[in-house]
Amino acid sequence: MIEDFKECYDNRHDYAKNWKKKNPNGKVLGYFCTYVPEEILYATNILPVRILGGHESPHLVTPHMFDMWCPYSRDCLNQGLEGKYDYLDGIMIAQSCLHQRHAYATWEIQIPTPWKYYLVMPNAVRSPRSKPFLAGELEDFKKAVEEWVGKPITDNDLDRGIEIMNTNRRLMKEVYEFRKPENPPITGTESMTMVWASQLMDKREHNDLLKQLLEDLPNQKLDRDQGVRLMIVGSENDDTPFMEMVESVGGTFVIEDHCTGSRYFWDEVLPENNQIQAIANRYCDRVPCPSKDWGQGEWKQKRFPHILTLAQEFGVQGVVLMQQKFCDPHECDIPSLRRYLESNDLPCYFLEFEVTVPVGQFRIRIEAFLEQINAEELFD
Amino acid sequence: MAKYKTKPLGCWQRAKEIRMKYYKDYAEAHDRGALRWEGGAWSFDAIPQALEGELHPLTEEPYGASVGFKPEAQVRYQEAAEGKWGCARDLCAYMRSYWGSIILNEYVFPEFSKEWPKADFIFQNHICCSHAKWLQIANELEGGDIPYFCFDVGAGPYNKIGERQITYVVEQLHDGIEFLEKVTGRKIDDEKLIRKVNNTYRSNCSWAKTCELNQAIPAPLDEKTMFSLYVLGVLEKSNEDIADFYEKELYPEAKDRVANNIAAVGNEQCRMLGDSQPPWGFLKIFRYLEKYGLVSIASLYTFALTGWWKIDENGKMVPYPTLEEQGITIKDRDHALWLLSEGELKGKLMWAPFYGATYKNEIVTKIAKQWKCDTGIIHLNRGCEGTAQHQMQMKLALQEMGMPVLTFEGNMADSREFDEARVSRVIDLFVTETLGLKKQE
Repeated sequence: MIEDFKECYDNRHDYAKNWKKKNPNGKVLGYFCTYVPEEILYATNILPVRILGGHESPHLVTPHMFDMWCPYSRDCLNQGLEGKYDYLDGIMIAQSCLHQRHAYATWEIQIPTPWKYYLVMPNAVRSPRSKPFLAGELEDFKKAVEEWVGKPITDNDLDRGIEIMNTNRRLMKEVYEFRKPENPPITGTESMTMVWASQLMDKREHNDLLKQLLEDLPNQKLDRDQGVRLMIVGSENDDTPFMEMVESVGGTFVIEDHCTGSRYFWDEVLPENNQIQAIANRYCDRVPCPSKDWGQGEWKQKRFPHILTLAQEFGVQGVVLMQQKFCDPHECDIPSLRRYLESNDLPCYFLEFEVTVPVGQFRIRIEAFLEQINAEELFD
Repeated sequence: MAKYKTKPLGCWQRAKEIRMKYYKDYAEAHDRGALRWEGGAWSFDAIPQALEGELHPLTEEPYGASVGFKPEAQVRYQEAAEGKWGCARDLCAYMRSYWGSIILNEYVFPEFSKEWPKADFIFQNHICCSHAKWLQIANELEGGDIPYFCFDVGAGPYNKIGERQITYVVEQLHDGIEFLEKVTGRKIDDEKLIRKVNNTYRSNCSWAKTCELNQAIPAPLDEKTMFSLYVLGVLEKSNEDIADFYEKELYPEAKDRVANNIAAVGNEQCRMLGDSQPPWGFLKIFRYLEKYGLVSIASLYTFALTGWWKIDENGKMVPYPTLEEQGITIKDRDHALWLLSEGELKGKLMWAPFYGATYKNEIVTKIAKQWKCDTGIIHLNRGCEGTAQHQMQMKLALQEMGMPVLTFEGNMADSREFDEARVSRVIDLFVTETLGLKKQE
């Protein structure tokens, strides 16, 4: 199953093109940001595919988006400019960080894509006012999608879309449960590959693979020492070489909080009489992106206690704080988060990511971090 | 001999006095039993300023710019934020200066206060990634005990603002009023609120009308001068003195200059479009350009940071109508909040780029045409993602219009990121080789 996930992740464009062939009446919609309500897309015959970078030099981007912008966003745009996403029928974004918005906005102008949509996802997600506002925006979005696909989206369709997404979230959380005990049967890299694939693959197919994986995991045992149990927290991360490196030098990522990881799927849509309102509620109540993690009356970050809870539940011994270079939302949070976690006896190590990371140098630093954790335990 | 007659701006001194009084009042507020509050430059100051009694705001961005104007302080403050707090160097330069000021317990106006004046509450708005986080962290640095409220204005682009979008902001403002009354123990005075909203309209609309006058040849104002004038609106646009200044002093004087052909720069021969904040520590670059007859007379940033606009039925960018011009008298609190939110959401075109490069390109190319700009010199501002977004796309759009455009990388308020010698040389080459201008005696 992990191989299937990896196959989809490595050959995402072929996957999407094949999906189109198998679903001639369907559409493939590329999306930026995990605030995009995929429930509405799965309510009709649309395959949502997350626009991810290719970990290649974004050499086409500078005339459009100069170097001070997040390398991940520039990498995403570069993939589009290189024509890698020429099969897309549409492209959309849910209002998120400026870097992703910049990449999307340039895509709108530079890369011919038949259908485009900017969803005004509110920033004040912790205010009750955001929910009715977002429900209104989602109604408009639903109408736009109906017009695009030429078919109304019924309540039953929405139920189906919600069920597909919730099932996917639930099944991935069940897989994550296997990461809690000692010597988990699945590595962090494998878990991440599973989650990345969920953002690229038809979730109905992904759900079937997850069910098979859940049957296999109880009987699975990895021939490796788990080493130090680590958490990775930060910006977007789909850097396989980095993950594999860490897990080859004495660490295991047992949990994470980043937007290509658990933050993407952690919260389900809870039933309401009005499905659109239910979807809106989910996206307002979910673990927030740092750019939206602020309150009215309460200034502290909502995400921090959630990260601590995850760390405690998953038996984390150390936290790798990572951010894409120039990522403002995480750069704002990281000094505070570091203090918060360290005051809760969780050692942290900070790394800045680029399109590719210097694995050799990072290896030395991670090894030192792991030694530090092991030494501390030696003297406990 | 200069091509046009010119003279200094008469109300210049008044603008300086207003600005310095603002920072003095903030520092000394507690001495008079007044309250202090921190917020963003776009923070709907009419609301907290409508509380009973005396209050004084400190808006973060102009404070950051004031620090940027003093490179010695700027480096110290930012190194404190980076070294002691641990934040990244590429974060908003204003923000790092602000945090550093707190960490070092210094006020960048030591003539008013040696120490950082702590606020009584925070009333902030959020549009870019950083606004809410800025004062979230500032609060943490100050001990975490300052009551904090932040509202979202990211409700959509100006041409898609309808009832739902305005309601979203208005409802948050009602929540904000409840918060303010609770944490201050003071009530909102509705009559005062109505006056403050009126003043907000007067400030924003009058500034836009003043900027519109720069379509004249010669331009009555140059951008370097305008930096010291727009800033009053980002300090406290609901302030009576500031609204009066814009409506009754600056605009009439600028109008008079146009009527009498009085130029900002006597040898104006090439009109320049800018973008984003300038590198504050190096404003002399504008006076250097003027030696070539190159005058910066327009930018979305200067026109619309303060300044409300609309696109009229002919597709032209024109000043947003005042309440008087709309035939509106504010009735009550709800009406005031509605009109305030509507004006900000529909009129503040500086927010349009947050919704896409298409919006920025549309507005900036209109400015280039209407203000008869001959060239663009664009500061690729590493210090502010909000204003630097889509600058490269904008450059392409201007070039497609046939305009020669130069870009240079710098930072509005981090002198460590501005290579003055290199930028000066690049500008020299552009001005002489590309534009073919010669230095004038």
